[in-house]
Amino acid sequence: MNRAAPKKGENYELRADLNSEYRDKRKDAIKRVIANMTVGKDVSGLFPDVLKNMQTEDIEQKKLVYLYLMNYAKTQPELVILAVNTFVRDTDDPNPLVRALAIRTMGCLRADKIIDYLADPLQKCLRDENPYVRKTAALCVAKLYEMKPELVIDNGFLEQLQDLVSDANPMVVANAVTALSDIHVAATSEPSTSGEPQPGVFNINTHILSKLLIALNECTEWGRVSILTALSRYKAQDDKESEHICERVVPQFQHANASVVLAAVKVIMIHMRHVHRPDLVKQLVRKMAPPLVTLLSAPPEVQWVALRNISLLLQKRPDILQNEMRVFFCKYNDPSYVKVEKLDIMIKLAGDNNVDSLLSELKEYASEVDVDFVRKSIKAIGQCAIKLDSSADRCVNVLLELIGTRVSYVVQEAVVVMKDIFRKYPSTYEGVIPTLCANLEELDEPEAKASLIWIIGEYANKIDNAAELLEVFVNTFVEESYAVQLQTLSAVVKLFLKKPDSAQGLVQKVLNTATKDCDSPDVRDRAYIYWRLLSTDPAAAKAVVLAHRPPITLPRTTVPPIVLEELIGDISSLASVYHKPAETFIGKGRLGADALQRKAAEQDDEVSAQKALQEIAAGQQAENLLDFDDVPADDDRPTGLAATSFTSTPAAANLISGKSTNPLDDLVSIFGSASMEVPQQPPRANGLGGLSSPIAADPFARLGGGASRTPGLGSGVTSPVPTQSRQQQPQEDLLGLF
Amino acid sequence: MASVVAILDLKGKPLIQRSYRDDVSPSNLERFLPLVLELEEEGNQVTPCFSSQGINFMHIRHNNVYLVAMSKRNTNAAEVIVFLHRLVQVLVEYFKELEEESIRDNFVIIYELLDEMMDFGYPQTTESKILQEYITQDAYKLTVAPTAPITVTNAVSWRSEGIRYRKNEVFLDVIESVNLLVNSNGAVVRSEILGSVKMKCYLSGMPELRLGLNDKAMFESTGRTPHGKAVEMEDVKFHQCVRLSRFESDRTISFIPPDGEFELMSYRLSTPVKPLIWVEAAVESHKGSRVEYMVKVKAQFKRRSTANNVEIYVPVSDDADTPKFRASTGSVQYAPDKSAFVWKIKQLGGGREFLMRAHFGLPSVKNAEDSERRPPITVKFEIPYFTVSGIQVRYLKIVEKSGYQALPWVRYITQHGDDYSLRTALEKGSAPIVPM
Repeated sequence: MNRAAPKKGENYELRADLNSEYRDKRKDAIKRVIANMTVGKDVSGLFPDVLKNMQTEDIEQKKLVYLYLMNYAKTQPELVILAVNTFVRDTDDPNPLVRALAIRTMGCLRADKIIDYLADPLQKCLRDENPYVRKTAALCVAKLYEMKPELVIDNGFLEQLQDLVSDANPMVVANAVTALSDIHVAATSEPSTSGEPQPGVFNINTHILSKLLIALNECTEWGRVSILTALSRYKAQDDKESEHICERVVPQFQHANASVVLAAVKVIMIHMRHVHRPDLVKQLVRKMAPPLVTLLSAPPEVQWVALRNISLLLQKRPDILQNEMRVFFCKYNDPSYVKVEKLDIMIKLAGDNNVDSLLSELKEYASEVDVDFVRKSIKAIGQCAIKLDSSADRCVNVLLELIGTRVSYVVQEAVVVMKDIFRKYPSTYEGVIPTLCANLEELDEPEAKASLIWIIGEYANKIDNAAELLEVFVNTFVEESYAVQLQTLSAVVKLFLKKPDSAQGLVQKVLNTATKDCDSPDVRDRAYIYWRLLSTDPAAAKAVVLAHRPPITLPRTTVPPIVLEELIGDISSLASVYHKPAETFIGKGRLGADALQRKAAEQDDEVSAQKALQEIAAGQQAENLLDFDDVPADDDRPTGLAATSFTSTPAAANLISGKSTNPLDDLVSIFGSASMEVPQQPPRANGLGGLSSPIAADPFARLGGGASRTPGLGSGVTSPVPTQSRQQQPQEDLLGLF
Repeated sequence: MASVVAILDLKGKPLIQRSYRDDVSPSNLERFLPLVLELEEEGNQVTPCFSSQGINFMHIRHNNVYLVAMSKRNTNAAEVIVFLHRLVQVLVEYFKELEEESIRDNFVIIYELLDEMMDFGYPQTTESKILQEYITQDAYKLTVAPTAPITVTNAVSWRSEGIRYRKNEVFLDVIESVNLLVNSNGAVVRSEILGSVKMKCYLSGMPELRLGLNDKAMFESTGRTPHGKAVEMEDVKFHQCVRLSRFESDRTISFIPPDGEFELMSYRLSTPVKPLIWVEAAVESHKGSRVEYMVKVKAQFKRRSTANNVEIYVPVSDDADTPKFRASTGSVQYAPDKSAFVWKIKQLGGGREFLMRAHFGLPSVKNAEDSERRPPITVKFEIPYFTVSGIQVRYLKIVEKSGYQALPWVRYITQHGDDYSLRTALEKGSAPIVPM
């Protein structure tokens, strides 16, 4: 419609054509109306004229009119009533295509006036002799339930759907299952007034189970997905039945449709919980691997969904793809979101037997052009070193080679990674330090600078010109970012404690600048604490600042065990793709501690809710204290970012209620700067987290800052401090500060 | 489950959309592209699924359009993404090309297809052959109005009854695509064979087919010994017509085929493959003046086979100019759009070896920031009458109640996969490549 005629004129012309005496002209006019609708022009004014063309033998024209009605029924409810008669008549048409079309469209009109006329034709269509009509009618029940549930219940449609589950035609069975499951979700997700969970309308019993297992082998691919999804909800009576379900579902691994394969994986993973025969478990796991690998030949978007799920499966069963690391090697043309997931999985699969080929791949990736991917590959080298002690030497060598390339971002990332390696293997690779320091001037990213400064502070006594190196940063202190300021501050204090004579002036200067000229409360607070520590009790200062830190480790799971269990039950859904429980993104707000508790109680495992909660506390232990100020930020973050982590609320709640398994551990982790143990850092969206930045290396200031902003949480944090002070007497001084 | 499915142009404007459920307003589509751009700007990955303000966007990209689905629930992401791909496949079969223009030209039929392929957000019939039986572009040509789509709900939903051919024939194509990656030291880092059995079926009635392959697992399960080599397929995927439970129990591939052309099965082998076509390049670059390549190709398969339409893509830097080529066989072209030059050899006999030289000028001033990254050399080829895996069709039994005789024809071909690459373009003077 590229005519530039005024809108009114065009509609006027269309109206004339719609009322033309020539059939072709009318049909053409309808097409033009639809075209206008498609490009977003308002053609609702033509409603009565279009409606006149509804009674026709021409199916294509009928479809077009129906389409128009679906679009405008909501805005013109009183006119839709005019269409009802034709609809009802069409559900009696000799052509099943027309009958189905009529019932399908009626369900989509969503106008109150028409709904009341829907019940009778629907009743008829559910019993239609033609399966195409029946399968369409089955879904229509779900549509009706969404608008007026009481109509569905009063007319006995639910019972009729249950009957259709035993229909002779597998397509009908599949759609009946789909409709029932959809209604079930709608019914159970409504907030109930009593606080009791809704009973649900589709409870699968052994009888239905056998029907489903039979239909599974015969119906179309999408029908299989819906039946498999229903099967995953079934609670098996005993172990025998679980085994039976697994055996019947396994052949679906051979289906060409990736979503059928993933749905089958989900059923197996859920019912395998109750399979106790080790040989069968082994067999199931063995059969699962090849189809998962094959998913990597699918289009990239499907691959990505598969990879996100594989990542979860590997956390649950690390043995699944043991010998398959090579298939995860990145292809040159893979989209970057696929490459990133592959990296993550390669690290999960890394072992002594394959680390050499992995490192040579990672080194290759580090020379690609995509800067983001290069950084992640270098990070992966670090993760490899931390995961496999035996590979650390080789990893460090690769990193040194990369530093040798003198490509700015490569060097900077390598420095950050070296810092992590130092934290895992203290004092092992001191020989590398001169090489790192040689690149000091080239660093311009805060994280890289902060990392190198941390290294200098840590090994101040081994580096002859440490004071000289640090002085550069002290001189530019005010211009640096806060992360660098914090590190400079700590490093200079460390240097002073290790070599008091060479850094007297420097420490004075840095403390002065930090307390007087710096506008970050974190930096100021930290400086004040150091200052006070140093001036009152240098021994205490030594005990605090130079305390022994536990080495960092690579967490085996990126989500807490109980969440992992839930996500495994949600394989192939959005939750499994985001690695977040559904509640966190479907608009019911945060997952509270009580919700988790309820969830835990629902778990049919013997684990008591209490135990489960403790497990969470343990799993998330480190995520808690240091991240308070990040919670609001996490809120605003779009949830779709790959691998944003689980919210820290429950862990925090745990801590406040004193349920944390071991408060002492928490404390040690605060004071001993073991924030390094943090399994993940919510603010890092890249999913490769696990290695936290050294920014939190001395969390005093952050804690102080957090406490001053959120007094409630602050008090929760400080309460266990006495436990700590028993260990380290001189810190009483510190407590005064709070 | 999807509440809205839409096709957007690259500016994020909906070309066509269909609302299946009321819980998500189609107006949310306007947010899609800004969200994508925002993610990109913040340096985040734009993943196929993301969520914003309670709405989940799932999308794929095809040519110059986005296909987007939206949902509020914790929906089955795999199902929706696979459905979007299927939608592309169907639309391509209808219009040959799926891009902005073909969507604008065919909006009526796309609405019809969207109505038929998904109902209330759940995928329904997505087989384009079945859809074509009752949704056609030239409805006026039909003398009778399309009636009962029997096949849609048949127990055999993929085949209509009453099909008749004068000559009953079946054509089988066994196609193996080789993906492999060779490292700069000449070692094969990763290799896999993706096989596919495609069928063209011109058979009357409702024939029962049984396909026999030299499948190792099948011989093992039946206890028979194969004549010759048996192949161990790592994973097999079947068209929905194949009885999966039967295959699971005794590895028999039995089915009633759809009419016409379809992919019966695909399989994967990750047995190590020796590179069928070996390529290496010695690069001699004189910074600021010129760069020279010496490329060697070797056909590492038996003499009785021949590779056809071999294309070797050797990457060169973007700023190279004035190409000069000299090849002992075939022709060479510069393809600046691919940052590479292409050496094309129509026929490459097994065991043969050829050389090619290329010379490029380089600008005298070079941006120091440019990294020296060289993408791998990639190769395209096809070798007829040959499968790398050694897979063979042992028999194809065709039984129909009318008892006709049908002829099966089998063809084998091996070709490059979507990733046949060699990182063997090396600077002269670096460690020599040792071919396997």
